[in-house]
Amino acid sequence: MENQELEILFQQKIDREEKIEPKDWMPEAYRKHLIRQISQHAHSEVIGMQPEGNWITRAPSLRSKVVLLAKIQDEAGHGLYLYSAAETLGVTRDEMLNALHEERAKYSSIFNYPTLTWADIGAVGWLVDGAAIVNQVSLQRTSYGPYSRGMVRICKEESFHQRQGYEIMAHMAQGTPEQKAMAQDALNRFWWPSLMMFGPHDSDSAHSAKAMRWKIKRETNDELRQKFVDKTVQQVEVIGLTIPDPELKWNEEKGHYDFGEINWDEFYNVISGNGPCNKQRLSHHKKAHDNGAWVREAAEAYARKKQKSVAA
Amino acid sequence: MSKQDNQWPLWEVFIQSKTGLPYKHAGSVHAPDKEMALQNARDVYTRRSEGTSIWVVLSDNIVASNPDDQEAFFDPANDKVYRHPTFYVMPEGAKHI
Amino acid sequence: MDTKEALFKYCLRLADNNLVLGHRLSELCSNGPILEEDIATTNIALDLIGQARHLYQYAAEVEGKGRTEDDLAYKRAEREFYNTLLSEQPNGDFAVTIARQFFIDVFDYYFYKELLNSKDERLKELAARAIKEVTYHLRHSTQWILRLGDGTEESHKRLQTAVDGLWMYTGELFEMNEVDEILIKEGIAPNLNDIKTKWESKVSEVLAESTITKPEDGWMQTGSRKGMHSEHLGYILAEMQYLQRAYPDAQW
Repeated sequence: MENQELEILFQQKIDREEKIEPKDWMPEAYRKHLIRQISQHAHSEVIGMQPEGNWITRAPSLRSKVVLLAKIQDEAGHGLYLYSAAETLGVTRDEMLNALHEERAKYSSIFNYPTLTWADIGAVGWLVDGAAIVNQVSLQRTSYGPYSRGMVRICKEESFHQRQGYEIMAHMAQGTPEQKAMAQDALNRFWWPSLMMFGPHDSDSAHSAKAMRWKIKRETNDELRQKFVDKTVQQVEVIGLTIPDPELKWNEEKGHYDFGEINWDEFYNVISGNGPCNKQRLSHHKKAHDNGAWVREAAEAYARKKQKSVAA
Repeated sequence: MSKQDNQWPLWEVFIQSKTGLPYKHAGSVHAPDKEMALQNARDVYTRRSEGTSIWVVLSDNIVASNPDDQEAFFDPANDKVYRHPTFYVMPEGAKHI
Repeated sequence: MDTKEALFKYCLRLADNNLVLGHRLSELCSNGPILEEDIATTNIALDLIGQARHLYQYAAEVEGKGRTEDDLAYKRAEREFYNTLLSEQPNGDFAVTIARQFFIDVFDYYFYKELLNSKDERLKELAARAIKEVTYHLRHSTQWILRLGDGTEESHKRLQTAVDGLWMYTGELFEMNEVDEILIKEGIAPNLNDIKTKWESKVSEVLAESTITKPEDGWMQTGSRKGMHSEHLGYILAEMQYLQRAYPDAQW
């Protein structure tokens, strides 16, 4: 069959809501798009361990310590599931990590912001995970089978993450004046970057249209961002904090909240490497990877020796 | 240096969630050998008591049918309805059959 | 010292051991040699901190002064902690982390097995829970000792250095004081001399298989049973207790 013909059959399959599986024929551009998106998603989970890991040793109670540790471990697990999903497309984890280290691959720029106080751990769990969940719930219906199945598992496991963050925020917002100030400050710093997590406006998004046609993405950046704002405003009100956006207002006609414009200059700068922690995050990851090289080699060498001795 | 580095071979993980149930594909892990593959599978895929037993198998050792063969492989079974119990007409009133 | 006080101090010692080692492992989160190992290390840290919580809760009950697990973990000073010097040693490279873990896992494995016979119902319950976790920890660290010892030249060298460097802290694992004496008499605590024999034979066996030379027993460091530590503990506590100390009126 000609490629053109195959491509028509492929699109028909997608339109029938059938999942694409690893060995199925797929357009090269579809494969490339998926590898880029899934590996970026995986890197985000793994790099995301750092800003939260920053507070494990300082968590203020034993309960909050184990909860945070379990949550960060989940992020590692989710990174792993996602790398596996990408691996079914013929790329190795090694190649993906190289791309990350050589800055050819990106990760969510939210993790280039620092976690300065304990309240930031609340804000990250509540807002950052909250935004991620909106996106991931939508991605459960993505057209690529392994990615979709990974998302289902991740969504199931992440259901406690957002609660963990909100619980911290709620607790602090009702605590001492200092705690409340910390909570408000964390909300002030994480609100806008959380909205940026959904990416540029649909009109400015290079990959959006194709991804929608292939049903890799099921809802647009702006639709998902709106969903997030709509559900979060009430949660902010319940705990008595204020969203740092004077333009935020309920729009009766639309049935949605209106909100102010994102600082896109900041967004593009953080993406292109100028965020407060870009260099720190990447060098942390590289360092762990390089420090682990001799360990990985040792385990392989041992496996080879044992195999030889079995064969002999 | 990192160019020659690698992440160990890939293994597929199958988990039995309860004794008596079939093993189900859970995902994959990287590991240098079978002992470590088993441990890694346990650490990654049973964090929420998902399993009572685990299989791991090198991904390279899995043989999969080709999507191009889908029709030849699976369609012939479609017209063999006599393999299903609902194909047969039972006399009115017969029980336990 | 009466039995109650001895039991309180004993629980603190066990809890401190678990918390401090769990703390060290938690520092490694996002620093593992490979993603799978990061997840494995976190599992062990979670087990250890979980055990610490149960033990602090029990200690607080035994003491009966209304203190909580967090009071015990976050509001005691350096000289009031009884964890072993080994547990507080820095992570070093992966070989140091694994050697430290292995020495403690072997100890914990035989220790909790004995503690299953305790006449104290609560400790017995705690041991029944812990032994399952510790059995897995030991399996994990043993596998790594074998791979590092008999892996590459470099890994062998690193592990040998780690084992040699940590050896002087292993003697303290088996030290007993008045607390042990009282509780051994009551059938509550195991005699650590019995555990020492088993520990030595297991450690010798695994090290031999991994081609690592077991160090000669020389001078052993001591002090933790009296709350005397290496300089490392102060920093662990400074970090861990910072929020509770900075905002004494706050609830978290």
